[in-house]
Formats: sequence, C-alpha cells, structure tokens
Amino acid sequence: MEFNPIIVKFVYAAIVVVVIMTLCAYAVLAERKISSWIQGRVGPNRTALPIIGGIPLLGPFLTRLGIFQPLPDGLKFLFKEDVVPGHVNKVYFIMAPILSLVPALTTVAVVPFGQFVTKTGEVIPLVLANVNVGLLFLFAVSSLGVYGVVLAGWSSNSKYPFLGGIRASAQMISYELAMGVSVLPVLLWVNAPGKEGTMNLFDIAQAQNGFWFAMWMPLSAIIFLVCLFAETNRLPFDMAESETELVSGFHTEYSSFKFGLFFVGEYAHMIIGSCVFTLLFLGGWNPLPFVTLETLGMDKGILGAALSVGIFLGKMCAMMFLFMWVRWTLPRFRYDQVMRLGWSILLPLSIANLIAYALIIFYLDTAL
Amino acid sequence: MSIVIKRKPLTLMEKLYLPEIARGLSTTFRKLWEKPVTLEYPEQRPTIPEGYRGVPTLVKDPEGREKCVSCQLCEFVCPPKAIRITPGSIPEDSDYAHVEKAPQEFDIDMLRCIYCGMCQEVCPEEAIWLQNQFSMSGYTRGEMVNNKEKLYELGGTLPDEHFKWRKKKESAEKGGGHH
Amino acid sequence: MTDVFFYIFSTVALAAGIGVVLSRNTVNGAMFLIGTFLSMAAIFVLLEAYFLAVIQVLVYAGAVMVLFLFIIMLLDVRESAAKKTSVYTWVASVIGLAILIVGTASIVSADSIKTKAAALPEPSGASLKPFGYELFTTYLLPMQVTGFLLLIAMIGVIALSKKLNTDGSAK
Repeated sequence: MEFNPIIVKFVYAAIVVVVIMTLCAYAVLAERKISSWIQGRVGPNRTALPIIGGIPLLGPFLTRLGIFQPLPDGLKFLFKEDVVPGHVNKVYFIMAPILSLVPALTTVAVVPFGQFVTKTGEVIPLVLANVNVGLLFLFAVSSLGVYGVVLAGWSSNSKYPFLGGIRASAQMISYELAMGVSVLPVLLWVNAPGKEGTMNLFDIAQAQNGFWFAMWMPLSAIIFLVCLFAETNRLPFDMAESETELVSGFHTEYSSFKFGLFFVGEYAHMIIGSCVFTLLFLGGWNPLPFVTLETLGMDKGILGAALSVGIFLGKMCAMMFLFMWVRWTLPRFRYDQVMRLGWSILLPLSIANLIAYALIIFYLDTAL
Repeated sequence: MSIVIKRKPLTLMEKLYLPEIARGLSTTFRKLWEKPVTLEYPEQRPTIPEGYRGVPTLVKDPEGREKCVSCQLCEFVCPPKAIRITPGSIPEDSDYAHVEKAPQEFDIDMLRCIYCGMCQEVCPEEAIWLQNQFSMSGYTRGEMVNNKEKLYELGGTLPDEHFKWRKKKESAEKGGGHH
Repeated sequence: MTDVFFYIFSTVALAAGIGVVLSRNTVNGAMFLIGTFLSMAAIFVLLEAYFLAVIQVLVYAGAVMVLFLFIIMLLDVRESAAKKTSVYTWVASVIGLAILIVGTASIVSADSIKTKAAALPEPSGASLKPFGYELFTTYLLPMQVTGFLLLIAMIGVIALSKKLNTDGSAK
C-alpha cells in the first residue's frame, strides 16, 4: 500500500513537533529540579496523577521526581486569564509569541537525529528534510526568532519590555556574526577539495567518525557554545529578560498562554541549539571518538537506528544539562560587557581561528 | 577615616574567565549531590525555640479554672486593637464566685494581631500567653477571629501551682487578712 | 503545484511591497518588507536556488531588517503625518515608473525569457561548489568592487558619526 508522500511527511512532522514539545515540557521540569538541587532545595515533588501515582513504590518515587509536574504547568498556562493590556499594539502583541515559537519548530525540519542503515549497507538519515544547505537554513530560520522578542518588546508599549526588546536585537545581531564565523573551520574541513560541497548537517555528523570536531577545533567549539548561549538568551546572556533590572524584560506584559509560548519557545531554541552543537562538534550519533556504530557492528536495522537516536538524544540531554548548570552557576553579564565580549573578543577571535584553520587545512591538503 | 582597599589585580587565569567558569561549575556540581537543607513544611515542622511568641492564647490553671478575670488591660494595651472582651460575671453558686468576673466573650482578630506580646506582658493574671503556634489560616475574615473556645483550645493548661484565688478564699474564710 | 505556489508567493510579495510603500506606520512598513523578503526567498526556492533563498532569509530578513527595526524603535519614529507630496517625490516617482516600464519591456521583448538560454549556467540548486567557483573566478571583480563599495560606506558612516573638532582631530 502506497501512502501519499506529502501525508507521510506531515505525519512525521507532527510526531517530531510533539516530541520536541514534550522535551520542552520536561526541560522546564529539569530546569526546576536542577536549580533546586544546586540550591539545596527539593523542587517540585507533590503533583501526582491519580492512578500512576498510586502504584506502590514507583508512584511515590515518580511523584518525588516531579514527573507529573509538566501537565499541571501546561494546564495552568492554558487556563489562566489572558490579559491584553489596553495600551498595547494588539496585532503585534499577539503575533510576537507565535513568531518566537514558529522558527524554533521550523528548524527541527533540517536537524537529523539518527541514521538508519539498511541490510545492503545504505545509510538513510533520519531527518524530515535532508537539504544540502541544512546548516544555513537553520541559521537563517533561527535568526528570525529575534522578531518575536523585538516585536513583543515594542508592541507592549511599556518601558521595561521595550528595553528588553532593544537589548535582545542588539545582542542577537552581535553574536550571530561570531557564531557564523566560528563554524566555518568545520565546513572547511568537511568540504575537502574533490568532494561535493555540502552544508548538510547529516554529512557533517558523519564526517566525525574519527576525531570529533570539539576535540581538534576546541576554540571553534567554545566560541560557538558561547554564541549559542547568547542566541538562546540564556544566562549569563539573558539581556532580554534580566528580571533583576527589567521586571522580566520583553514578556513583562504577557500572561497565560502567550507567555507560555515564549516560555516553550525559549526551551525549543535551547533544544535545537543543543542538537546543532552535538551535530557540529560532539560527533552526532557516534558513541565515542574513533568508535562508530559500524565498528561496533551494531549499525544495521531498527536496532542500529534506535541506538543512534538514543546516543544522539543522550548527548543532546547532556548539552541541555550544561545549559541549565551554567544558568544556575553564573551571574548575568552587564550589557556593555556583553557587547564588548561579542564584538571585540569573540568576533576577532573567531576570524583568527578561521584563518589559522584555513592555513592548517591548506597545509594538510597540499603537503600530505 | 575612610579606607580605600585596592582591588587585587586579576591573574591571567581569572582574566581568561573560562577557567573561573569551570571552577564555579565544579562548585555547583558538588552542591548538586548534597542533601537539601530545606524542610518539607506541612509534614516536617521546625523546632520552636524557647520563648517563642506565636499566636496569643488563653490558659486555664491546673484546676481547670479560666485564669482571665476580664480586667480588659490587654484590650486597652493592644496596639492594633485586635482584642475585644465582653466581661461577664461569675455565677454566685460557683466555687470561684469571689473572683467576680470572667470573660463572657473574648475575641482576638488574628488579621490585626501583630504578635507583639504586650497582652502577655500586661496581664496581671498570667492568663494570656503567646505560645508555639505560628501558622493561622482561614478562608474568610470571620474564620481568622479566634473566639473564647478557640483560644482556650489553643492555650490549654498552664502548669503553675500557686492557686492564688483559692488561697485568697481560704484566708478570707479563716478570718481575713492577707496571707 | 509549483505554479500555484509561484502565484501565491508573487502575490504576497507584490502586496507586501505595496504595503511597504503605503503604510504610514514605520514598523508596519518594516514588517511588510520582511514579508516581501520571505516571499522572495520562497520564489527562489521554487526556482531551485536554495542557497540564494537561504541567504536571502539569513542576510535580509534575519540581520538587515532586525537592524532596521532596531533603529526605528530606538529613534521612536511616530506615524508620519499626511504631508503634501513634494515636487521631488513626483519627479522621482515618474522616473522610477519609467525605469520599471523600460525594464519590463526589455525583459519581455528579449528572446531569453521565452527559451531557456544556453548561456545560463545550470541551476546549481543547493550545491555550493558552483557558487564558490563562479564567485571567485568569473565574478571576482564585481564581488571585490561590491565589497570595496560596502567598505567605503562603512568608513563613511564611521567618519560621519565620529564628532570632530574644528581642526579635524578626533575628540
């Protein structure tokens, strides 16, 4: 029986979006739990579902872990009163939360999350759209995410959100440059002479069957990571929100479901960012440097696919943990420090890094 | 005289900042595994230190007599005017008829009370005590007013054994005079 | 299918373009411009020029327009009051319209639009190699000139924004 390919894609897309949203919900829970553990607290530990929570031993254990917490959290966002202040620009006010979530969910389309190797040894990437310009597409679409923040700040027609929006736009522009330049060495290496040019994330991940790029391009990885923190507006770069100065920044005037969209959008950006970092620098689904699933002989069939997805998700969760860990460790930078770091440290550093690796790769290509 | 303390110049490692971040991260990572220092409140309660001034309550003496004689000093001294007393007389056939007065109504509005303890300090009969209870909650304003029954229920018995009024009665029966 | 998408996106592009010109609120104008850029990118996708489409979104919609919005918001440009159109506006409009008509006529009259010209490079789609080679061989001079032009503009901005003393030294 043949299915219409468009419908199949729709189903895949729906599944991926559902998975991402669930991950977002549990990322919120993880954030709450990790923050409380770091601060010597317990965190959410009371919400219980009637039946599952009643299972002896397992139920109380899950309840203490707060496993059921995302459900009431989400319901709260749905059912609270949705206040639209009288002084806002309604069209943009309503558009902004949508604009902040949509790019994050769109970029998922080009992010591969595993591989499927058929019996004949053909490698099929597990990705919604295996486009050649994947990385550029990802940068392009995620750079649209800033409109949500900027428009939210502007349309709120109130001082603190406005400052938050302005800061967000300045910060995003500043760090996009360093971010783009810092991945160029990776692309230089992947697109060695004689190969067909590619910016496909799947190919980049597959190219890391030896060294992972984080190991032999550590500076690129660090610059990219710092920029990733800035682009996702996470501490220590949460200029747009900075709740100690700007009430809560660009979403001060937002409530209920609209705020929920911003909230989920932030975590969706984080998840995508973690995925991209894993693909670019942490070897994708290769379990260890110099050890691929193929060398382990476990790459074939459904099992191999599940294993690759599992390894990839594991690395992604580790990155998410790093995001949260850093958030609860570092204080926020001052705004001028953020600008100085972006323009006068990271950008020159990334350009120097690019030149250095260009020379190294040129040497490796010609001399060897 | 003000002293200017020069800030120590940063070492190279500190200027690079990334090693310092790693140090901070290791600190928080160690904290991650430590036991929480918090109490899980409704199940676990803090130990109340001696001399704690919680909710004001009324107490009875070991014989079960209410100690308050409704002199209304506490009502007058109460800074936020949280206390309302309606005095009443003790019936003639009671053992303690000679005390003459006891409160008919005794209300403390806990939405007004500031837990200052002046009522306890001023009470000549040691009848009103600020005790261990620290948490009052209710759904209406009316629920937050403690009436006489509630106050005695919260207060319980004060284990002092001087039995002032019984001795007074006895000495009066023996022929007057102060003991 | 492709035709339907082409008509949808070109309509959106045109409508948004008209919106840019007609909207009095500057933020609305900027948002319409973003709409134009995005639908242009979609048309590039339909032409299988994926790289161009992505660059269009990345550079114009993602960076340039953010700066635009940033400036508009920072300067707090209010809705411009209905002004009388000056003579210059009329002259500029007439010249612009004339150029548009000439351009359209020349494209339509030329044969290249009717048959797929052999001179055109193969649609390179998403592969980046031809782009790189063309950019650094055939079109090296135009690219360098454009880069130089942008550099001049940048230096000009810095020179203008830097306040100078009367003797020419920087403050």
